[in-house]
Amino acid sequence: MSPEKDELPGAVLDKSPLALIPVIALVALPLIPSLPTWVTLTVAGLAMGMMIFIMASGLTLVFGLMDVMNFAHGAFITIGAFVATSVLLPLAGWTRADSLWMNLAAMLLAVLAAMAVTGAIGLAFERVIIKPVYGQHLKQILITMGGLIVAEQLILAIWGPDMIALPKPVTLRGSFIFGDIVIEKYRVLAVLVGLAVFAAMFLVLNRTRVGLLIRAGVEDSEMVESLGYRIRRVFIGVFAAGSALAGLGGVMWALYQETVTSAMGMHVMILIFIVIIIGGLGSVGGCFIGSLLVGLMANYVGFLAPKIALGSNILLMVLILLWRPQGLYPVAKR
Amino acid sequence: MSNLLALSGVNTRIGHYHILQGVDFVVPQGGFTMLLGRNGAGKTTCLRTIMGLWKASAGRIDFDGADIAGRSTPAVAQLGIGYVPESMGIFAGLTVRENLTLAARDGPIDEKRLDWMFGLFPALKKFWHLPAGHLSGGQKQMLAIARAMIEPRKLLLVDEPTKGLAPAIIAHMVEAFRELKRTDTTILLVEQNFNFARSLGDTVAVMDSGRIVHSGNMGELAGNEALQYRLLGLSLDAHQ
Repeated sequence: MSPEKDELPGAVLDKSPLALIPVIALVALPLIPSLPTWVTLTVAGLAMGMMIFIMASGLTLVFGLMDVMNFAHGAFITIGAFVATSVLLPLAGWTRADSLWMNLAAMLLAVLAAMAVTGAIGLAFERVIIKPVYGQHLKQILITMGGLIVAEQLILAIWGPDMIALPKPVTLRGSFIFGDIVIEKYRVLAVLVGLAVFAAMFLVLNRTRVGLLIRAGVEDSEMVESLGYRIRRVFIGVFAAGSALAGLGGVMWALYQETVTSAMGMHVMILIFIVIIIGGLGSVGGCFIGSLLVGLMANYVGFLAPKIALGSNILLMVLILLWRPQGLYPVAKR
Repeated sequence: MSNLLALSGVNTRIGHYHILQGVDFVVPQGGFTMLLGRNGAGKTTCLRTIMGLWKASAGRIDFDGADIAGRSTPAVAQLGIGYVPESMGIFAGLTVRENLTLAARDGPIDEKRLDWMFGLFPALKKFWHLPAGHLSGGQKQMLAIARAMIEPRKLLLVDEPTKGLAPAIIAHMVEAFRELKRTDTTILLVEQNFNFARSLGDTVAVMDSGRIVHSGNMGELAGNEALQYRLLGLSLDAHQ
């Protein structure tokens, strides 16, 4: 008979990395001139963090499971944004309508198209580009960097070199105002989407057999194969899902910035790398906490001293690595 | 007694190194076969080659009537071969329950078999919901063995189960393997601890420099100190 849960010692969640989020927020509080501004910046930071998490979660899983550092991940973000542009611009009637449901329907179509295209490209990319260089890190870096450059050029050829404006749907523009506190509506949506993605990933990883396989594969893929599972099939699925999540992140990021450029994926990759290193390579939970920390830091420092916003996140990474050299939640094998 | 596993002329190369140089030995059905030898003799490579983790460059590996050399690792495992590597290969971030659930490939864990397993390794019941990384070395080894046999397997490959374990834990391990022996499980076990091997083994194969240099009954080797010294470079007295 299976042991009863309440009789037994269980795993203890390491809470100290979680405490970093309120710590950073509280440290920033006295430095920000007013409480409403602090609240606005905090919500903005959390929303930015959620969008970074959506983009980074796929990359950290791919690295953890397949030991592949995919520098072309940024291309999937860009492609997702451009595919969404191609869907949303013709649907201007829906995005300009003063109806939340029509706006959300347009966004949903754009998201589905972006995820389908980036997922399919990710699948082909893994088969053609990544598969021949498994276990060869230098070649992986070179070939995925090459893939990123080729993808950017293809985007320029298909969508042209000009920056494309991508306005938010009408009902997602503007802000909720509570006294002096101003919270952008789109940021609330970004937080909700980020939480939904995190919850879905958490459930899949912790409540399903595929999730169990992924978690085990991140630790020791050879042992998973020795138990009789064809882990390479899981690899392919995770790569495609990671690419699709990058596509979703690209849509959210493009609408957040309201512009789309061929280099947008590459620019955000710096933050994504910081996040997955802070979180612990391969750790989805760590990636989530790391994303929120980076989002908060970028917004607080961006307000206080804009010139050192990026540098502050690099400093954050250095400090966290001094504290925990393998990231906030190190994956067991690493 | 028929042979469940037979290696003939197996060669394995890893990079530029020619590790297995024509390995021939058999594992009889239902018995314990001990694969002995000095460090670097090729014992671990032998198990990994059987599992398909390293590909044999030549030779046959016949398991249950079929040549499995060249098959993928999952395909080999699906034939009913369980593997406990030298590193134990437990998933440290997964709980004891999750480690065993994953190993039960054919569906939910059989409750009777789980009870039997808890009888062999009570610590697994105690720490059922604890991440396996928190277990002691001996408990990890117990989990690794339990995981390999959570479903009935035709053959179990176990690589140095006593490595780094305290004598009391080794004694417990001997008892667990004796219990396994009563179930007619076929086991090929790589071991450096000759006393452990002697107490469990029915047959033995000794490797040196990538070849089998002796094979036969364990009783014959256990009773011949000069042979032990020649093959393994040990004196049993010194080992006790």
